[in-house]
Amino acid sequence: MDALLHQILAGLATGGIYASLALALVMIYQATHLVNFAQGEMAMFTTYIAWSLINAGVPYWPAFFLTIGLAFVLGVVIERVVIRPVERAPVLAVVVVFIALLLILNSITGWIYSYTIKTFPSPFPSQPIFGRYLSPHEFGAILVTLVVLALLYAFFRFTPLGLAMRAAAQNPESSRLVGIRVGWMLALGWGLAAAVGAIAGMMVAPIVYLDPNMMGGVLLYAFAAALVGGIDNPMGAVIGGFLVGVLENVLGAFVIGNELKLSVALVIIIGVLLVKPSGFFGRVQVTRV
Amino acid sequence: MSALLELAGVRAAYGATRVLHGIDFAMEERSITALLGANGAGKTTTLRAICGMVRSEGAIRFAGEPIQNRKTEDIARMGIAHVPDGRGTFLHLTTEENLRLGAYVRKDRAAVARDLERVYGYFPRLKERSHQQAGTLSGGEQQMLAVSRALMLAPKLMLLDEPSFGLAPLVVRELFHILRAINQEERVSMLLVEQNAAMALDLADQACVIETGRMVLSGTAAELKRDDAVRRSYLGY
Repeated sequence: MDALLHQILAGLATGGIYASLALALVMIYQATHLVNFAQGEMAMFTTYIAWSLINAGVPYWPAFFLTIGLAFVLGVVIERVVIRPVERAPVLAVVVVFIALLLILNSITGWIYSYTIKTFPSPFPSQPIFGRYLSPHEFGAILVTLVVLALLYAFFRFTPLGLAMRAAAQNPESSRLVGIRVGWMLALGWGLAAAVGAIAGMMVAPIVYLDPNMMGGVLLYAFAAALVGGIDNPMGAVIGGFLVGVLENVLGAFVIGNELKLSVALVIIIGVLLVKPSGFFGRVQVTRV
Repeated sequence: MSALLELAGVRAAYGATRVLHGIDFAMEERSITALLGANGAGKTTTLRAICGMVRSEGAIRFAGEPIQNRKTEDIARMGIAHVPDGRGTFLHLTTEENLRLGAYVRKDRAAVARDLERVYGYFPRLKERSHQQAGTLSGGEQQMLAVSRALMLAPKLMLLDEPSFGLAPLVVRELFHILRAINQEERVSMLLVEQNAAMALDLADQACVIETGRMVLSGTAAELKRDDAVRRSYLGY
């Protein structure tokens, strides 16, 4: 029983990280109706930036926030420079751009930092504070995730800019008619998604270690989480993230073993797409004609 | 006094299909001008050209300033509010969020709050439904919402694209009554595209008739109502 509780709590910790990345995917999906396959590599690349900063002697938390800022800028620049020109291109062209972005970021990182695995520090104390159930880093990661989610929720729900971003994603034409600069809203969305991804990267790096391929698995779990929740529903993506994290951990520990853990994500993806493509919390469109 | 809105030789096309062959008209400040014409004559395209949603040639001036082919969002920020064909509702947002978006570019929060109450005064039904998802509103309510959203911009000019479309006659009468009140109380000029020519001519001060992308007739609403051709083609008696 103790072991199960431990696995569930640890699952919540990684689940929070999946939830953050899933949220980043959903944010881009809502605006473009496409899944950004490069989301994980963007997070990985920015985590390397954090690593460089910390190695250069910047204390953890300043490096943390600086990285978030740089990730935001990176997201905006990528949208403006790479995504904008293919805005009206067919779906496959955009997907190819996403994949190219993934490979480019992966290779650039390998080229700059080499492919050797590096350790990444955790900002949380190393001696256990909650006994045997949860390591301090896991607890801290859950906390950081919850703060990020609360901030994002408040931003989208209560600020005029958040409202304008939701409007621009839903109905660009009407948004322009009320004076919203839709192009900038999309760029802002990319920036926010990249920033959220960066946080996920910095939280997961102490667990999976830093290497250019570190986000491959995480992105799969995040994708599964977003699908479970309904790819257009931010709240669903978050719940899906925690669900997938727990499921992966519990199944990995007790049923299928750690080697097959990643296949949980793949089974979930295929299962959801076959049985309930809109996910469990996907939007039911209510319109009267 | 110069005209609030002036179009001179405006031409526009969708791809290879020319839709506007030369639209000329001017409208005075605070007036209501009706654009009449059959289906496909180019009325909607004229409105879309004014607010930069289709590229056009010729000249379009708003309060003396050329606005042709500027970005739609910049034209909106100058004070032109478009109530589009199909109402343009943000279906997944609430009624009140829709209205707040209308005032997105305004910085004066107190005035926006006042205008929100004023809009609810014109359309009490919207207040009852203020926290309801806008997609669940009836067609008439969505049209009221579209007019209200435009009003929240505190515009100088409203472009109304078939506000009567799909509405019951009683609702249309109510809506037109309120449009007249808005025109007089808020000093908003209106450019009205309508299939329902009789009602449009009752409401409007000035009117123009478009046929296959050309302006063929213009004058005061009263003159056009007496015009034989207009009567036969658009009023049906």
